[in-house]
Amino acid sequence: MRTKFSSRLLAASSVLALGMTATACGGAKTGAAATSESCVDTSGDTIKIGFLNSLSGTMAISETTVFKSLSMAAEEINADGGVLGKKLEIVSEDGQSEPTVFAEKATKLIQDDCVAAVFGGWTSSSRKAMLPVFEGNDALLFYPVQYEGLESSHNIFYTGATTNQQIIPALDFLKQEKKIESIFLVGSDYVFPRTANKIIKQYAAAKGIEVLGEEYQPLGSTDFGTVVDKVKAAGADAVFNTLNGDSNVAFFKEYKGKGLTASAMPVLSVSIAEEEVPGVGVGNLEGQYTAWNYYQTIDSPANQKFVTDFKAANGAKAVTSDPMEAAYTSLHLWKGMVEKADSFAVEDVIDAADGVTYDAPEGTVEVDGENHHIAKTALVGQVNAEGLIDTVWSSDEPIEPDPYLKSYDWWKN
Amino acid sequence: MKKVYPYAGWLLLAVALLVLAPAVLSDFRLGLLAKYCCYAIAAVGIGLAWGRGGMLVLGQGLYFGIGAYAMAMHLKLADAGPGGVPDFMALYGDATVPGWWEPLRNGGLAIVVILVLPALVAGLLGLAVFKRRIKGAYFAILSQALAAAFAILLVGQVKTTGGANGLNNFQGFFGYALFDPANKRMLYFIAAGILLVSILAMAWLYNTRFGELLVAVRDGEERVRFLGTDPANVKLAAYVIAAVLASIGGALFVPIAGIVSPDDVGVVASIGLLAGVALGGRASLLGPAVGALLVGYAETSLSEAFPGSWSYFQGALFVLVILLLPGGLAQLLGLLGRLNARRGNSVSDHFLRGVPRGKQRETEVPRSASEEAAAR
Repeated sequence: MRTKFSSRLLAASSVLALGMTATACGGAKTGAAATSESCVDTSGDTIKIGFLNSLSGTMAISETTVFKSLSMAAEEINADGGVLGKKLEIVSEDGQSEPTVFAEKATKLIQDDCVAAVFGGWTSSSRKAMLPVFEGNDALLFYPVQYEGLESSHNIFYTGATTNQQIIPALDFLKQEKKIESIFLVGSDYVFPRTANKIIKQYAAAKGIEVLGEEYQPLGSTDFGTVVDKVKAAGADAVFNTLNGDSNVAFFKEYKGKGLTASAMPVLSVSIAEEEVPGVGVGNLEGQYTAWNYYQTIDSPANQKFVTDFKAANGAKAVTSDPMEAAYTSLHLWKGMVEKADSFAVEDVIDAADGVTYDAPEGTVEVDGENHHIAKTALVGQVNAEGLIDTVWSSDEPIEPDPYLKSYDWWKN
Repeated sequence: MKKVYPYAGWLLLAVALLVLAPAVLSDFRLGLLAKYCCYAIAAVGIGLAWGRGGMLVLGQGLYFGIGAYAMAMHLKLADAGPGGVPDFMALYGDATVPGWWEPLRNGGLAIVVILVLPALVAGLLGLAVFKRRIKGAYFAILSQALAAAFAILLVGQVKTTGGANGLNNFQGFFGYALFDPANKRMLYFIAAGILLVSILAMAWLYNTRFGELLVAVRDGEERVRFLGTDPANVKLAAYVIAAVLASIGGALFVPIAGIVSPDDVGVVASIGLLAGVALGGRASLLGPAVGALLVGYAETSLSEAFPGSWSYFQGALFVLVILLLPGGLAQLLGLLGRLNARRGNSVSDHFLRGVPRGKQRETEVPRSASEEAAAR
């Protein structure tokens, strides 16, 4: 009796499931055009925007600071009367350092909260995960971190550096100022270091710099004995470091421990900012080089205000760094775009983006309406005894963004 | 009429998933529920292997990942069109499709891979492990290490698996455009339907000779061996079924979530799958599925309500359940049922456990169950 009942139920349920599936199959086939309607509410005296940063997981230590500087920018804008007379209402979500969660939370912010724009993301994987969500829903993302380039989405604005604003100027510095003839590449094993090194190798081949080695370690690896031995044995004029996170601590400890110094064999890092210096240890880093577009030590009224306000909100020990500044700037740039467009609608904002400028702490930045990046001044810095970074070389004027490196004839994808 | 009770809970779940949820939830929320259903399908398998078979499968992310990546690779190839190359390969690699991707161009073959590959992997692993009588913590650590190794392997192969970025940006699913909400609903019904059918399959399986042998092996492996049945074969079968269910869940996860990355298949993800099963009640029929749905829902709503501190609440929830309800939420319902029975109501407390009333004593007392099953 029991088996009879269950088999009948099984059959009935299968029919039910198949039936519901069949009726739900009225959807579009592939190849049809995507349509999406915005649900952003512009009728009230507030406007919703979303902050999507990892507040838990491995990236939380970095992304929490971005969240804080975004919050500071929002408070400033609200104190100043808001955007088009509307106060900003923040919806914050935790990306949990996982690409899948970034995709889910981005969808939630767009479809459920109906935010006018989203600010956040850090790792390349978080950006790649969000990209189809923003394109599919025709929404806006402002991404505040330097990255590997070779991307330009209609729905994303990139306020961190692309490679021709950070890595290539850093190589120019090493070639022209340090007169290097050979280089060693050390990086974490993921997309940014691999793409960056692909660019560096082609640059080196064109400019007569010898690449003496290329070493990758998994993200989070702290075993650098062998790598540093190889670096030491190769004896290159400089090391280009694209390691991320904890690995830097182990790498620089080992580097100093094996007797390598900044004066004899300098390391140029592209992922170590003021935030990371205390973690790696000032003693291990002093005298080494970094490449960014902003340092806390920049002497300008805009930066003095930024640093003072940030310390007032987050304690005297808080430091400011490039990604934080780029995030702060991104919110102000969005405000500029919205006010120029006189509309919160995504297409109006994108149409108005070209040429919008902002006097950012790093200097005046300008949006490129075509590739959605911003013109930025490249700065090579040197870590000082206080753990801050002093500018030692500058491109002097903002470099136009060129994410696909079209203006470099040595680059072939 | 008593025989109907084991299915009352199932019917309730079916009505909630197939009628109630689509009627009240927004497209976005329904999409999330679809995702929880994928986890729940894997959880049903864990219920079989862990709850019924006593094998602590700490690494089901491996099989979830095999299904997910096979499906994701097929969708990427289908998007690229005949002979086309997936977008990320042109960016990170040398713009050629590796040979081991090619079979997945064919949708039918992709489905075969999703069903057969996890069975093969689990079968070989199970043979090696169970025949050598490796069990308990050793088996748990081994299965977890495999999930970790799989995730590390994926991260290292940027050119062919997308590395840490994973695979995403899928346009179509077997010819249906994924941006269309109607097709998203279709995917939800497929996931919910497969979940309900897999629970029914378990209800049937638990009452077969195999189902009883499995419990017997869990409760007294040596006893079963002495009675002439090889426990390794019984465990192997349960482990393979659990692997295939995890793979199906993973395969459905891909078009629903729109992405799969090594984070979704590693150690943390594997433990996440297990957490729902523990919360719901691992040995009960509906417990694993309901637990997985609840954990998914709790994680989403807690992280939305407290983006900065949600993980503490989630941790506290697990600690409370393990301290107060080691048998999961099913235990709570069982307690309520017993209270009712004491008051003279004949409400059955075992519908969640999926154990028919007449057999209930046998499973609670392992000796008679194992002896009876093995002696048959």
